[in-house]
Amino acid sequence: MSATSATAPPPPGALPPGRPRGDGLPRPAARRGVELFLLVAAVGICAYGYAEVGVAHDGAVPKDVAAYGGGLGALALLAHLAVRLRARYADPLLLPVAVLLNGLGLVLVYRLDLEPVLGPRACPAQLVWSAVGVALFTVAVLALRDHRVLARYAYVSVTAALALLLAPIAFPAVNGARIWIRAAGLSFQPGEFAKVLLAVFFAGYLSANRAALAYAGRPVPGLRRLQLPTGRVLGPVLAVWLASVGVLVLEQDLGTSLLFFCLFVVVLYVATGRTGWIAVGLLLAGAGAAAVGADEPHVHARVEDWLHPFASIGAGRGPSQLAQSLFAFGDGGVLGAGLGRGASYLVGFAAKSDFVLATAGEELGLAGLCALLALYALLVARGFTAALATRDPFGRLLAVGLASILALQVFVVTGGVMDLIPLTGMAMPFLAQGGSSVVTNWLIVALLIRISDRARRPEPELPELPELPELREPQLPLPGPPPTPPASADAKANANANADRDRNRDGDGDGDAAGTGGGPGTAGR
Amino acid sequence: MNRCVRHAAAFCALLFLALLGNALRVQVVRAAGYDANPANRRADIALYGQRRGDIVVGGTPVTGSRLTGGQLRYVRAYADGPLYAPVTGFASQTYGASLLEGTENGLLDGSDPALGDQPLWRGMTRARQRGGDVLTTIDPAAQRAAFQGLAGRRGAVAALDPSTGRILALVSSPSYDPSVLAGAGPSVTAAWQRLNGDPEQPMLDRAIRQSYPPGSTFKVVTAAAALESGEVDDLRAPTDSPDPYRLPGTTVSLTNEGDGCRNASVYDAFRFSCNTVFAKLGADLGARPVVAQAERFGFNDGGLRLPPAVARSAVDEWMSRDQVALSSIGQFDTTATPLQMAMVASAVGDGGRLMTPYLVDRVVNHDGVTVSSTRPRLLRQAVSGRTAAALQQLMEAVVTRGTGTNAAIPGVVVGGKTGTAQHGLANTGTPYAWFVSYARTPGADRASVAVAVVVEDAAAVRADISGGGNAAPIARAVMEAVLRDGAAGLIPSG
Repeated sequence: MSATSATAPPPPGALPPGRPRGDGLPRPAARRGVELFLLVAAVGICAYGYAEVGVAHDGAVPKDVAAYGGGLGALALLAHLAVRLRARYADPLLLPVAVLLNGLGLVLVYRLDLEPVLGPRACPAQLVWSAVGVALFTVAVLALRDHRVLARYAYVSVTAALALLLAPIAFPAVNGARIWIRAAGLSFQPGEFAKVLLAVFFAGYLSANRAALAYAGRPVPGLRRLQLPTGRVLGPVLAVWLASVGVLVLEQDLGTSLLFFCLFVVVLYVATGRTGWIAVGLLLAGAGAAAVGADEPHVHARVEDWLHPFASIGAGRGPSQLAQSLFAFGDGGVLGAGLGRGASYLVGFAAKSDFVLATAGEELGLAGLCALLALYALLVARGFTAALATRDPFGRLLAVGLASILALQVFVVTGGVMDLIPLTGMAMPFLAQGGSSVVTNWLIVALLIRISDRARRPEPELPELPELPELREPQLPLPGPPPTPPASADAKANANANADRDRNRDGDGDGDAAGTGGGPGTAGR
Repeated sequence: MNRCVRHAAAFCALLFLALLGNALRVQVVRAAGYDANPANRRADIALYGQRRGDIVVGGTPVTGSRLTGGQLRYVRAYADGPLYAPVTGFASQTYGASLLEGTENGLLDGSDPALGDQPLWRGMTRARQRGGDVLTTIDPAAQRAAFQGLAGRRGAVAALDPSTGRILALVSSPSYDPSVLAGAGPSVTAAWQRLNGDPEQPMLDRAIRQSYPPGSTFKVVTAAAALESGEVDDLRAPTDSPDPYRLPGTTVSLTNEGDGCRNASVYDAFRFSCNTVFAKLGADLGARPVVAQAERFGFNDGGLRLPPAVARSAVDEWMSRDQVALSSIGQFDTTATPLQMAMVASAVGDGGRLMTPYLVDRVVNHDGVTVSSTRPRLLRQAVSGRTAAALQQLMEAVVTRGTGTNAAIPGVVVGGKTGTAQHGLANTGTPYAWFVSYARTPGADRASVAVAVVVEDAAAVRADISGGGNAAPIARAVMEAVLRDGAAGLIPSG
């Protein structure tokens, strides 16, 4: 990958432009040309897939293949121009991967639209939603000049997130989950947006309070290593988290609940560096899962289905959705049946949404599925790369949060439809039919673009923003010591050292990025 | 903090690794098991996603494929279902396939590797092999003549080309339309139950799957045994046979339908179908020569495949003298399929040579390239040429001056034998009227067609005397159809 050398994070020390650096590295190129080239390739691949579906179904290339490719290309170009204009130094891989995934999602939905058993066509709406998503991406990249502004809105976002999460309770349940808002003929899944808002809140709140979370607290008697954080630090976070999870249990949307939970633990761990949080998180998760699993028949059925996916066949009720999904994956084998040549419509009504991966697995095979997973892994890895390269704690936590959201969503959905974990209704980012999901994921990519642009920008930064007054918890009703500033001199020195070491191990970041291994040699640190 | 970011990244990498490992498990390790799961419809969808190859009679397909508009795209259709059902059998999405549809299934649906041109390439591209066509030996004119001759009465016709063993007609009546079983669903299930519960047994292929008491037609075999063993030397010499004839060791007396059988010569006894003469002949011969001769004609062989399996025609091997006497006139435990009796007539008409009967001339793949073809094979020399000539004299006399005058065709040499078989408890069942015959053009030394007809007919007992009243005209119609087609049944394959 030619972009490798360019992705080594630059040292955070601001150097005057034009001067050679101390380590003799050239200034990182903007690499927008690479992005454009990759975008053309991505649009080409999608158009080819579209044509292949037509050939398989009608024996001829569809007449509107140029229109489809052109439309996708226009969207990609719009996004690219926004990035070129306002985020010159952004990571060149993020946008092409997002376009490719979105385009492949459109191809899969279009392919499933050819099956009359699956109901009305969904591709046109999906195309509109993709356009809305790209428009939102463009607006976000153009309007949001500095992601750190978002930190000011931490409390606003959490309020909005909870409101969004609560809203569907007023609406009827669909397929056992109350996650929809229906208005004016459009249905909308607010939980999708809440993910981003919660990530913003976690990043904002924890970047402001991480020192307190890490070091403040009373030692537990008898266990010197353990320290309990003070209630007033932990309280708001736990309250928000419990509220969101509680709402989700009420709405029976387990996937999102699991996602929020893991997101919370990951960001908390990254913010504080305390492994204790992971243990606490696991304990809470176990307790929550046991409680919910015991009470909820809906959940209990999902777990049973996960353990015995073919039980319904033995009972004479025919194969369940999960069994049909496994049949589809199995039929795909290594090379797949070919686009438009599978029978994944047997999965039934959810084939375009929750089970869209079954079509990918059957028609593109293990090879295609691995390629898709590699694309997601790439997206996640570039998110983490941006997190490592960025200089401000808020941006770092936000990037980690967003990348984790993507990774966790992919894991929960893929694991669910392939019987690795119990099935939870959740949309595969960019791939599944569903407007809210596509739009939200474009927003996530926009934020990652912004963060990576700030991180890789070579010219001196804007003067460090002073401590944002909004972060001094005026809204918090709890009295307490002001949180320590996020970046002490020590921390900065540490960061510098880290960054240098990273740069000298060139390519390492890409290595784990692509999911080829665990963390780099962090042992002994 | 960066250390923790790396940890988080490593955690995400682990998630992806878990997904990849699981994908390998599902798509490679477990895939075969998923494909084999009976609840997985993909095999059927692929199987019925393309047209099935056709069964061809006389250059015209008698089967087809119909678009269903459902999940299983194509369903079997039959152009002339009831007429060809004893040849094609049925191919059902619900109940499997029978007869040719069953034995040639792999060739018709494309799964047989023999059709394949590039198996490796197909395995990669998953393109399913198109089905091939099965070209039968059936002569459509003969088939139709037999079917129309039976006219819905219970019975069967089998016709052969004696010189090659090609089967020219296989008809069973009453028949059924295999189309009604082709698909799936409640209507098919109902049709299946209706056909299987029908006392007329329309799905029974009587020509090759049902064996009947052969009655007097078995006298051909008895005469052959007598001639081969030297028991009878001069056909015109009077025999020492009383009328009625008391079966040896019993008090049962055997009578004849007509007069003039007392001490009749074999020639006359054969012409007028004298039970007493042939029963005594059999009793004098003993079981072994009669059974051995029957086996040379194909009795007691359950292994005959056309490729559809043929029911075994049976003669008891261990019999007392009275049982041999009864067997020699086609009673007791002796049974024969119509095809078996056609083979007897065909061996006589072809100078004693019995050719292996076969139904599939060639199989071609979708591009018309021959995948396999059948060569005529000698099954056995059933009788010597001399015996065959003597038997021909006897059988031709039946048609010219005997019970089988109804089968006579002007300008053609026809040899035949009538038969009546009573059966059931105290012979209360409807009697079977039999007629077996062959025909050859004058001057030819080999017959061009051999036929066996069996009709269940209440008037059969008298008809046997009045010249094969019901069965002989059907045989004549079939022979005429073959002879009129001229070369149709005579072209040796290959």
